[in-house]
Amino acid sequence: MKAIKGVEVSIAASVAAKLAKVEVIAAYPITPQTHIVEHLADLVADGELDAVYINVESEHSAMSACCGSSAAGARTFTSTSAQGMELMHEILFIASGMRLPIVMASVNRALSAPLSIWGDHSDVMAARDTGWIMLFCENGQEVVDAIIMAFKIAEDKRVFLPLMVNLDGFSLSHVIEPIDFPSQEEVDAFLPPYDPIYTLHPDKPVTMGAYAMPELYTEAKYAQEMAIRNSKVVVKEVMEEYGKKFGRHYNIVETYNIDKADVIFVALGSVGENIKTAIDSLKDQGKEAGLVQLRLFRPFPAEEILAAVKGVKNIAVIERVMPAGAPNGPLFQEISTVVHMSGAEVSMTNYIVGLGGRDVLPEDFEDIYNDIVSGKNSELQDEKNFTVIGVRA
Amino acid sequence: MRLKSLQLYTDNPEEEFAVSGHRACQGCAEILALRLALKIFGKDTILCMATGCMEIISTPLPTTSWKLPWIHVAFENAASVAAGVEAGVKILMDKGKIARKDIHVVAIAGDGGTSDIGFQALSGAMERGHKFTYICVDNEAYMNTGIQRSSSTPYGAMTTTSPPGKKGIGQSTWKKNMPEIIAAHNVPYVATACPSYPFDLFAKVKKARLTQGPSYLHILSVCPTGWRIPSSEAVAYGRLAVRTGMFPLYEIEDGRWRVTYSPEPLRPVKDYLKGQGRYRHLSEESVAIIQERITSEWELLKYQCTIK
Repeated sequence: MKAIKGVEVSIAASVAAKLAKVEVIAAYPITPQTHIVEHLADLVADGELDAVYINVESEHSAMSACCGSSAAGARTFTSTSAQGMELMHEILFIASGMRLPIVMASVNRALSAPLSIWGDHSDVMAARDTGWIMLFCENGQEVVDAIIMAFKIAEDKRVFLPLMVNLDGFSLSHVIEPIDFPSQEEVDAFLPPYDPIYTLHPDKPVTMGAYAMPELYTEAKYAQEMAIRNSKVVVKEVMEEYGKKFGRHYNIVETYNIDKADVIFVALGSVGENIKTAIDSLKDQGKEAGLVQLRLFRPFPAEEILAAVKGVKNIAVIERVMPAGAPNGPLFQEISTVVHMSGAEVSMTNYIVGLGGRDVLPEDFEDIYNDIVSGKNSELQDEKNFTVIGVRA
Repeated sequence: MRLKSLQLYTDNPEEEFAVSGHRACQGCAEILALRLALKIFGKDTILCMATGCMEIISTPLPTTSWKLPWIHVAFENAASVAAGVEAGVKILMDKGKIARKDIHVVAIAGDGGTSDIGFQALSGAMERGHKFTYICVDNEAYMNTGIQRSSSTPYGAMTTTSPPGKKGIGQSTWKKNMPEIIAAHNVPYVATACPSYPFDLFAKVKKARLTQGPSYLHILSVCPTGWRIPSSEAVAYGRLAVRTGMFPLYEIEDGRWRVTYSPEPLRPVKDYLKGQGRYRHLSEESVAIIQERITSEWELLKYQCTIK
């Protein structure tokens, strides 16, 4: 019988990194990521994890050291949040451009100002085009499974890209959930040691991170773009293999009750569970809503989203970031690009929820459903393109 | 004396690790310094370089001038990258994934990448005690982007962002004392060097290579382009910098200070300043201010060497 334990999700994330036998961790503490790096430091100090833990002086150096250790050929892990991710921002591009398969747990948090330590997606949305593969997790079990799968995806020779496992700050990182940890033997059988193509070693000198003249830059970036686009196949393969081996099956786009839905919610992260609760409650009232949840956000799973929303009349895109002068939130823009380029006739609405840790309740989604179905919301949306839930005038 | 020098020279390895084909300006003392230093660091070396002149002149894809494993990530993080490389190599050896050997990691950055934007990463890496050598190749300005001032630019020097004018004298602050700041981190080996004194440089690189912990070399790298001197004069100006006391050669080994070459009596600073276009605008008064400061700094250095 499998031992399912109640564990704080942050601790579970660091146990997953341990099961993946990470070799170098370079990290700087930032709320709400701290419990992950603290527990990793404990594991290294206790000799339970044979790794080097570098207590860098900033997130900028955390990602820089990760680039160095990954280039040397070591399996490398870090974690960050919010301002920390902003401080890493420059190096995020370089890690992906240099094709270094670093894995990072990104505990999503609001950005200053005003200072907020609580969860939303401001940090990751600012980093969405840095060339990292991005997975989003709905619960703690997914976090554990995603971190183990992450190394296999990132280190696949068809991919060689860094990967970010996103989990919501506090509302996921700090909750205690039942977690089914795979055994070390099972993980070892699933995840082979990192086998890099090139490493920094004097016996076979290579030059990494050289500069490109205009004659070569475009081709290098094109190759990187093709690598991240084509990584979708690898993500699917790894998820399928994981499902077969561990009995937990994942899809890059998850759907819930979409078949008869009048309204389909599209969302990322832990808010999906509240939306599912709302959908169940609506169903009890004889109303049909569905959920399309993206586990994979980069590369963007356009075909899978289109297949899921096919034929629906209303799409409500839910996101946890302020658009900052843009016509809509970033997820909405991407979903609407895909949907409208497919020629589908569908009404799309955009909702901003849960900024800076603001509670977002199942009732909020029931209200959204009712507003959309009754046409009440259309006036507001025409004016502003998006609706912020719960904002006081 | 001459014969002894020749012997010292021939004792040193013939093998080159900074090889020809790079695009350094004529008379670049930075590439000269690294060419000499890498001979001593030898084959089992991994280089981590900051963005700057050296990176640009040596590695336009698909070419490279480094016959060593070499990585460049960004401008401000050579020290952090080196920390990561050192950690990666160590754990792979500990786990038996690569053969155990004495691989030395060397981080290289200019004065901007060291004393300004890379200062925090350098301080962190030095404080943590990673076993690697950090080399600052100091040409006293941001030469790669067109001669802008850094905190390593000396008082009075003209750069494009510290121009002399009706109200300005050029650079208005004194050069940041990086070796002393690094020594304050309890780094076991800190030294200044200049490729115009190659044997002194060799000796210091050897010590840095053998240091069990971080080591820091601050190498004056004459830049004919930025200093507005003929390219044939680079080595001569390096000597003048040392002989005038503008750039004393010393080392701090486990906290003990030692001048490795005493140029006493010091030559007048004006001998060093006068031929350089970057100091052309200086008044006699400014030269006197510089002379006074340099003399007192030299006295202070001698005092530090005596008491420590």
